[in-house]
Amino acid sequence: MGMTMAEKIIAAAAGVAETKAGDIETVTLDRLMSNDGTTHLTIDMYNNLKNPHIAQVDKLVWIIDHNIPADSPKTAASHKKMRDFAKAHGIRFYEGEGVCHQIMVENHVRPGELIFGADSHTCAYGALGAFGTGVGCTDYLYAMVTGTSWLLVPETIRFNLHGKLNKGVYARDLILTIIGRISANGANYKAMEFVGDGLKALSIADRIAICNLCVEAGAKTALMEVDDVALDYLKEHGRQPKAIYKSDEDAVFAEEYDIDLSEIQPIVAKPHFVDNVVPVKECKGVKIDEAFLGSCNNGRIEDLRVGAEIIKGKHVAEGVRFLVVPASRAVYNQALKEGLLDIFMEAGAMVMNPNCSVCWGACQGVIGEGETLISTGTRNFKGRAGHKDSFVYLASAATVTVSAVAGYITEA
Amino acid sequence: MFEAKIWKLGDDIDTDIILPTEYLAMKSVEDMKPYAFSPLRDDLAKNIKPGDIIVAGYNFGCGSSREQAPEVVKALGVSCIVAKSYARIFFRNAINNGLLLIEQPDLFDEVAEGDIAKVTPGQEIVVNNKSYPIASLPENLMDILNAGGLVKAMRHKNGLE
Repeated sequence: MGMTMAEKIIAAAAGVAETKAGDIETVTLDRLMSNDGTTHLTIDMYNNLKNPHIAQVDKLVWIIDHNIPADSPKTAASHKKMRDFAKAHGIRFYEGEGVCHQIMVENHVRPGELIFGADSHTCAYGALGAFGTGVGCTDYLYAMVTGTSWLLVPETIRFNLHGKLNKGVYARDLILTIIGRISANGANYKAMEFVGDGLKALSIADRIAICNLCVEAGAKTALMEVDDVALDYLKEHGRQPKAIYKSDEDAVFAEEYDIDLSEIQPIVAKPHFVDNVVPVKECKGVKIDEAFLGSCNNGRIEDLRVGAEIIKGKHVAEGVRFLVVPASRAVYNQALKEGLLDIFMEAGAMVMNPNCSVCWGACQGVIGEGETLISTGTRNFKGRAGHKDSFVYLASAATVTVSAVAGYITEA
Repeated sequence: MFEAKIWKLGDDIDTDIILPTEYLAMKSVEDMKPYAFSPLRDDLAKNIKPGDIIVAGYNFGCGSSREQAPEVVKALGVSCIVAKSYARIFFRNAINNGLLLIEQPDLFDEVAEGDIAKVTPGQEIVVNNKSYPIASLPENLMDILNAGGLVKAMRHKNGLE
């Protein structure tokens, strides 16, 4: 029987010739990412082991991105703990360089790798054909100390993408449409695999945005076939694939969907669930207090270009805060060179340093009671961006920017 | 077998409801306890008694990988969660912290908050004289649960001490 991409990556990591959905395999991890959301807890647990050691320190990448720069003495202490531990153990460490998943894709992820990240959006690495999956800090600790973990081999839902997105429609609209169709637990425990001629027209930025949000459908991982677009990106960033896998023709899929990209429309996910999606026009007129362009989902240079083109020569609506947060230092520097940050600043936006910002409801830009945020962030759960009685709408960079100018949700 | 009072929540109880971001950096899970489930119901944390159980619908624990979520539920003394299904990261995190999770498709729709459940792990839950069958977790996960979590299980099994 043929194997899926997910099965092939797990088989390789488990050192077995074959595996199938439903099997439990002990795997050796290729890479282990952790950020300041929970690393301080991992360190506490590590220090409580009697003779702790790190299996392979060169596989670890630690990134301070959630609360950078520190916003309180408590956060500063947690960062110091992480910084000191990383230095003492020789762990690859980034601080203030960008959102963890963007850093990983820019600098580390290779096709065919099996990667644990102590962050739910680790599934983003499927954009480069790697099996990334989010784990808690205890699973992370176990993998850090033993180099291994156990995985239930997931079933795969396959999405055959055809055609091209229309002008003014973005990867964010596509993945929100898919999540709306299959629901917030439609891919629970499963892998979401994306193939087809429709992939060709999607940039790496688009692919990251799609894979990144698959956890919002419950997915264990997301995987895209590696093509020339992915190989060119790797080459530009000085890396080679570990291995390139495709699902076999006789592989078994739990479900298959055919999606015509030209049928996708601009979409908004309404409070308080990511699968609560409607066309943007159905939310037209909803007054906003804040808009956010950034995050591991939509803080890349392509997103900033879209926003800058819309806002150039215009101004953020009176009474609206517009936060623009490049996803990494590389993105920030590129945006500087292209003059995009000038455009945002002249339009009355606030340009922040690369971090997770209001997407995770801390750090900066949190919203108050009764307030409404339109966001390119990852989640719109109740209270996610601040007060428990506040409202988050998720949309593309274009919809967010045009709404920031209007002062209410509207179509680009 | 143990008897427990039921607290009822809905579908898609996400990790930001279980513990909002603003409380994650607190020094200990004890400090976080009063804020558990606060976006949804701020009466819950102060009224849950050790031994009580939470009954919920689909996709319990969806969202973030924050391990403070299962930790705070355990710290409240909740003896187990019975839901129609769980999000996968929460599932692993709960087991790794020694919090028992039970999948049961019918219980949520047929019981009321305040009902008393008689739970026999691996066999059945009885509420209002009706028996709801429950499966046992795989042996490797039961070993982790019985040890009180993955770190304690590591100490037992892998000679990491």
